[in-house]
Amino acid sequence: MSTRFALSQQAIDADVLAASLRASQAGAFCVFEGWVRDHNEGRGVQGLRYEAYVELAEREGETILAEASQRFPGIQACCVHRLGELSIGDRAVWVGVSAAHRDAAFGACRWIIDEVKSRVPIWKHERYAEGDAAWLHPES
Amino acid sequence: MIVHVLYFASLRDASSLERESLSHEGSLRDLFENLRERYGWRWTPAQLRVAVNGELTGWDRSLQEGDEIAFLPPVSGG
Repeated sequence: MSTRFALSQQAIDADVLAASLRASQAGAFCVFEGWVRDHNEGRGVQGLRYEAYVELAEREGETILAEASQRFPGIQACCVHRLGELSIGDRAVWVGVSAAHRDAAFGACRWIIDEVKSRVPIWKHERYAEGDAAWLHPES
Repeated sequence: MIVHVLYFASLRDASSLERESLSHEGSLRDLFENLRERYGWRWTPAQLRVAVNGELTGWDRSLQEGDEIAFLPPVSGG
């Protein structure tokens, strides 16, 4: 069982991550990529910056992957989240799951990204077309 | 006692500090209310999570000398 969570200041190399999840017992592979888009809530976005409470984010990310392995036995999962300055189109987050069958791969991939978005202490600072910028603190 | 407070995202912008060390007697909630007043934070404890020494914890946790405290506004990764 391999589970790995990482924060990265550099661009995410999806090919390397996908190759790390190859296994002879895996018959399914599912990936989710979050990309930086050029708009949010009706405003033009020029770019953004991610910051994290690194120590806690790494711990919480590893916890999420361990919980995913409990919920979806037999998977191998990996998640990398960017930090620092990002441009439109950049990969912000990558989640990959390999498993024997597609149900676990799809299910775990969806579960992991949802948990990462709601639990891991990472914050997005958006720069807008009008020149201002703001932290996003979505209130559930 | 002396405690250390870490600031992130909008809380850091409001305090203009990444971290500071404070003399504090009282509860975690008291500390939060003092800082909320000082820096004009709009958040209430019900809206935030709190971590002590790098671990998420409850608002009723008692503080000890040298604790490192972080108040976490709603996250926006992904």
